[in-house]
Amino acid sequence: MFWGVDIGSTYTKIIGIGKEREIVNMTVIPTIFNQDKIVGEYLADKEVKMLVATGYGRHMLADSHGAPVISEIKAHAKGAYFFHNDVKTVIDLGGQDSKVIKMGDDGGFTDFRMNDKCAAGTGKFLEIAANRLGLDMQTFANAGFEHDKELTISSMCAVFAESEVISLIAKKESLANICYGVHESIASRLASMAKKFVLNPNDCIVFSGGGALNPFLHHMLELKLERKILVPEHPQLIGAVGAALSGFEVVN
Amino acid sequence: MGVELHKDLLSSIGVDVERHAKMMGMGLAGYQAGFMSQPNRPKAMAYFDWFMSEIQAERIAEINALKAQKKPAVGTFCIFVPEEIVVGAGGACFGLCGGANPPIADAESELPRNICPLIKSAYGFKLQHTCAYTQSADFIYGETTCEAKKKTWELLGKHHPVHVMNIPHMKRERDLKMWQEEIKEFKEHIEEVSERKLSLAEMLEGVKVINAKRDAMKRLDTLRGMHPDIMPISGKDALFISQMSFLDDPKRFTQKVNELCDELDVRIKEKVSVFPENTPRIMVLGTPIAPPNWKLHTAVEGSGACIINEEGCIGHRYFKDNVDIEGVQSEDELYERLMKRYSKIDCACFTPNQGRTDKIIQMYKDRKADGVIYYTLSFCHTYNVESHLVTEALAKEGIPCLVIESDYSPEDAGQIKTRVEAFLESITFKQKAEVFANK
Repeated sequence: MFWGVDIGSTYTKIIGIGKEREIVNMTVIPTIFNQDKIVGEYLADKEVKMLVATGYGRHMLADSHGAPVISEIKAHAKGAYFFHNDVKTVIDLGGQDSKVIKMGDDGGFTDFRMNDKCAAGTGKFLEIAANRLGLDMQTFANAGFEHDKELTISSMCAVFAESEVISLIAKKESLANICYGVHESIASRLASMAKKFVLNPNDCIVFSGGGALNPFLHHMLELKLERKILVPEHPQLIGAVGAALSGFEVVN
Repeated sequence: MGVELHKDLLSSIGVDVERHAKMMGMGLAGYQAGFMSQPNRPKAMAYFDWFMSEIQAERIAEINALKAQKKPAVGTFCIFVPEEIVVGAGGACFGLCGGANPPIADAESELPRNICPLIKSAYGFKLQHTCAYTQSADFIYGETTCEAKKKTWELLGKHHPVHVMNIPHMKRERDLKMWQEEIKEFKEHIEEVSERKLSLAEMLEGVKVINAKRDAMKRLDTLRGMHPDIMPISGKDALFISQMSFLDDPKRFTQKVNELCDELDVRIKEKVSVFPENTPRIMVLGTPIAPPNWKLHTAVEGSGACIINEEGCIGHRYFKDNVDIEGVQSEDELYERLMKRYSKIDCACFTPNQGRTDKIIQMYKDRKADGVIYYTLSFCHTYNVESHLVTEALAKEGIPCLVIESDYSPEDAGQIKTRVEAFLESITFKQKAEVFANK
């Protein structure tokens, strides 16, 4: 078995692929303390031919398990290419990072852009806003479809954006409209990062990462970029798939 | 370490000795962990390791010994200072502390948060009294290279004497004429501080000393970066030497850099590299990297690449040009030659600044580099805005480029490493693809 582990800031994703490059194991666990140990325990009774780590915790696994590491960029590129081999651009929204990856014709990436340390363009931002409104992510996302007013969040800092949300609550704006505003803000950030790489109107774009599980964000992103965007079945696992595949390639 | 030895001196110049010792301890620990643990370093690095341990002790004692003889001590934050004049007067010209995160919170009590970390850090060091260089300076040399600095001098002037030189933002005839006047006025200010007249011969001697220092640094730059298969010294060590060029006595520094270069010459002959074969060679462009800001170099060289050149003010921009004193007969002629040399600096404060982009592309080709990282400090608007023009030109040439904006806080170290690793993956992929395509 070829394993790919993506230790993200919020969740750890584990993928196992077999001889025919088929996915045989798929696991998502919350990222907590000593995550490398937890991953080790999970894999203890399994056949491990190769283990490749990615995600912000990748070096932990390299240190404790001697696993080779690849960057999240390479992992998402490989993973997205596995599901859609005509992909030209990958947009990934994770817990603390967002990135846009420009793909070559053969599964390798040629360029990428990534948010800097500011949290305003990340999944964390959505989470903060949902918490503030007392909603779980799914309810929060779906509420956006009910909006009847196009509110905007103008602050470029997540902390100030949170206070903007609070002031919108105080102004008695509806839940749906606030949801819209928050999603609009993050979608326009992602879209402006992506615009540089999305050149041809027919190019295939893949949306990956936990953020792609959010249907309203997906919708807003399509509006902003004015084209169809594909979301694979398990978008949050794309990075782990990419890691597993790169291990597979080394051995085979 | 010598800080203990020079406790009385430090406290006599107003250093908060206890806090200072604590910060020095942190800096040294960082240096030991990040630099002294590198394998296979050139033996001549021993001098620079010693200098680091005495950076705010023995060197401070030397500067204060000069001051006792009425020789000027000038603290700076920029490479536009005509240091030849200070050195000609027998004095010391040195860069001030401004690369550490801890003083920033203090600075924000007087300065806005959204200006660059270098200015805030430097200002915080003054408020905290934790930089022995700042405390030793007869005056702080200020310049008008950016809005934030220009206005900060007015505030800093309340805490320490400041002399501001007006650096133009264009290089037209009338701007250059004004610049030459500014150099003359700077010399007069040095005379006021030293309480004596400065002769032409003394100034020419100062030029010779600084020219020799720049030659030594150019030699090091060539040795570290011009041999595609052998990198005889790490980029981190070379950066550190550049950083120290602003602090050490110029004559001693020149000698020590040349000794190091002699060793590197031998290494190149014997093919001794501190990096394995096919290590990607990266050039770093952009804003100054003041010590102890070693974040980027640590991320890059910890990810399997090597930095072969810094295009910044702490780096190539500082030492690329010399002052031509051939046939100079009068003071005015010398001021003109100084102005000519300083006006070749391609700081992003100038408009237009095409020369910088041309230089970068030429440097990239000469050094057979594999990619560049454009590094800017947050809120450093000139370099930040200019990054767009530079990266556009690089893209046209097919040169891989990564832009990183950061400050002195440690939080984004992991994020930067991710981006650097991905960038290196893309370079190696590109190399493989090119090899494949050429088959």
